[in-house]
Amino acid sequence: MRPINIQLILLFLCATLTAGAHTLRVGKNGAYRTVAEAIGQAQPFDTLLLDGEVFFETNIVIDKPMTLDGQGHAVIDGEEKDEILVIDSDSVVVRGLTIQNVGHSFIKDRAGIRVRERNHILIENCILTNTFFGIYLQKSNHTIVRHNVVIGTPGRSETFTGNAIHLWYCDNIEVAYNTVKNHRDGIYFEFVNYGSIHDNYSEQNVRYGLHFMFSNHDDYFKNTFINNGSGVAVMFSKWITMKDNKFLDNWGSASFGLLLKEIYDGELSGNIFRNNTIAIHAEGANRLTIQQNVFEKNGWALKVMGSCFDNHVTGNNFRGNNFNIATNSKQSKDRYDHNYWDDYAGYDLDKDGIGDVPHRPVKLFAYIVERVPISIIMLRSLFIEMINFAEYIVPSLTPENLVDASPAMQPYNL
Amino acid sequence: MNKILKYSFIDLIRSNWVISYTAFYFVATFGLLVANGDISKAIISLLHVITILIPLISTVFGVIYFYNSRDYIEMLLAQPIRRSTIFLGQFLGLVLSLCFSFVVGILIPFLVYGVSVSGYLLHFLYVLVAGILMTIIFSALAYLIALLNDNRLRGFGLAILTWLLFAILYDGIFVLAMIKFEEYPLDKVSLIASLFNPIDLSRIFIMLKFDTAALFGYTGALFHQFFGSNLGVVLAGFALLVWCFVPVLIILAKSNQKDF
Repeated sequence: MRPINIQLILLFLCATLTAGAHTLRVGKNGAYRTVAEAIGQAQPFDTLLLDGEVFFETNIVIDKPMTLDGQGHAVIDGEEKDEILVIDSDSVVVRGLTIQNVGHSFIKDRAGIRVRERNHILIENCILTNTFFGIYLQKSNHTIVRHNVVIGTPGRSETFTGNAIHLWYCDNIEVAYNTVKNHRDGIYFEFVNYGSIHDNYSEQNVRYGLHFMFSNHDDYFKNTFINNGSGVAVMFSKWITMKDNKFLDNWGSASFGLLLKEIYDGELSGNIFRNNTIAIHAEGANRLTIQQNVFEKNGWALKVMGSCFDNHVTGNNFRGNNFNIATNSKQSKDRYDHNYWDDYAGYDLDKDGIGDVPHRPVKLFAYIVERVPISIIMLRSLFIEMINFAEYIVPSLTPENLVDASPAMQPYNL
Repeated sequence: MNKILKYSFIDLIRSNWVISYTAFYFVATFGLLVANGDISKAIISLLHVITILIPLISTVFGVIYFYNSRDYIEMLLAQPIRRSTIFLGQFLGLVLSLCFSFVVGILIPFLVYGVSVSGYLLHFLYVLVAGILMTIIFSALAYLIALLNDNRLRGFGLAILTWLLFAILYDGIFVLAMIKFEEYPLDKVSLIASLFNPIDLSRIFIMLKFDTAALFGYTGALFHQFFGSNLGVVLAGFALLVWCFVPVLIILAKSNQKDF
C-alpha cells in the first residue's frame, strides 16, 4: 500500500475549512479604498490583502476572525493622532504590515497594535516605527508575537515613549525573534504566566530592555540586551528560567545587566554578562541556581544583598571585573563552588583542576563600599590594594562563610 | 639663573639615574600598551604610575640630588650670585629633567600606538599634565625637606614618610573617617578632603574622565558634577598649582635664611 500523504490530507482539510473564506483586496486597485471599510464588509475568516501604499487611518477595529496581510509593503500611518490597529476578536492574524506614527498621549496608552482581551492572535513580520506603545496585549492568551521590528524615536524621555512590546495579564505567550529599540521598556511583562521569550534583540531602550513583574513559569532564552538605560529587571516572579541570554554594555551610573528582586526558584545559566556597571544585582533572590554564566569586564559581577538565601552559584567564569562579589551582609546563606575566579591566588598540588585553598571572592573594599558608598572614590588607591591584600590573607571583616571551597584553576570554556 | 638651570639640567640628563628612569617609563608604557592592547585601558593603567611611582621617584631623587650637589651649591654660594637664583635654578633643572624623562618615556610609545588619532588624545593630555604636576609637587617637597635637614638620614626618612603620607596614610585615615562617620552626609566633606592630597586629587580627576566614572554611581554624582564643570576643573587645577607653588616659595624663603 502506498503511504498516505498526510500533507495532502491536511491541505484538503484546510481547503474545506476555509471554503467559505474570501480574499479581499484593499487599495487603489482593489475593491475597497480603506482598511476599515474592508473589515466592515468582510466575513469571518476572510483574508484582507493590502496593496503597497500608505493608508492614513486610525482606530481600525478588527472585530471578526481574519487575516490582515500587508504583504510586506503596505503602510498604515496614524499621523500622530491615535491608535492604529485594535484587535477585538479571537483568531486574528496580522502580518507583513508597516505601522507608523502613533502620537503620544498622557491619558491613554495608545498602541500601534492592541489586542483587547482576545485569544489566539498571531502578529508577525510587522514593522512598527514611531509608535507610542508598539504591540500591546491586554488579557490575551495563546498569542504569538514574532519577527517584528519595533523602533521608537531616539532621544525621547521616559514619559514621551511607551513600551515596544507590552503584555499585561496574558498566559501562554510566545515573543520571539523581535527587534525592539528606542522605547521606554523593550519588552514589558506584567502578570504573564507560561510565556516564552526567546531570540529577541533589545537595544537602547530608555529604561529596561526587558521589564518583568509578577510573572511566573516563564522562560527566556537566547535574547540579547544591549545598552539599555538600566538593563533588565526581573521582579516578584517565581519559576523563571533564563538561559543563554546576553547582557551587554549596560554602562551608566544607575545601570545593571540584570536586576533580580524577589525572585524565587529560578535558574540562570549560560548567560553572558559583559561591560555592565553591575552585572547582577540581587535583592530578595532565593533558591536560584546561577551556573555556567560568564561575567566579564563588569564593574560589579554579582551584588548580593543580605536578603538573598539558598542560591547556588557554580561553574561560572569571573574575569576582569572590578569587584567579583559584593555584599552588605556579614553572613552569607548562599553556596559558591567550582567557579573560576581570575583573582584566585591559590595552588593545585594534586593537579585535579580544583584549587586546594578556598577562595574568598569578597574584597574588603567591596564590603566597605557597600557600607559607605562614597568610599568608592578610593578606587585604585594604593591603600585600598594593600588592605584588600591583608584581608585576603587574614579575613576579619568580609563574610566569613562566603567562600568558594573548590575554585577552578582554569576558566571554563563557556 | 638660566646658566645654573642649564648646567644642572645637562648634568642630570647625562646621569645614569635619569637615563634609566626614562628607559623604565619607555619599557613600562610599551608593556602596558602591549598587554592591554587598547589605548584607553593603557591610559587608565598609567594611573598607578602617576599616583604612586612618580611621587616616589621624584621624592627619592629630589633628596638624593640635593645632598649630592651640596658641595656644588656651597661653591656657588661663594660667588656673587643671588641665593634665590641658585636654588631656583637648581630646582628647576631637577624638575625639568624628571619631567623630560617622564614625558619622553611615555610619549613615544603612545605616539607609536597612534594616540593622536585615537580620540583619547585629551585623556592622554590630562594624564601627562597630572604626571608633570606630580613631579613638580613631590620634587619640591623633597628638595625642601633636604634643604631643612642637614642630617641626610633624617632628611631621607622624612622624605619617604612624606610620600607614605600622601600615597597611603592619607587614604587610610580618609577611609577610616568615612567608616566612622558613615551616618553623616559625606560627599561634600570628602570632596573637600580630596583637594588636600594631590595624589587623590589627580587620581579622582582622571578616573572621572574615563568610563570608570560610571562605577561611582549616584554616590559619586557630586564628584562627577564638580569635576565635570568648568569651575571644578579650574578649582582642581588651582589646588594642584597651590601644591606646586607653596613648597617652592618656602624653598626660596628658607634658602635665604639658611646658614651654610
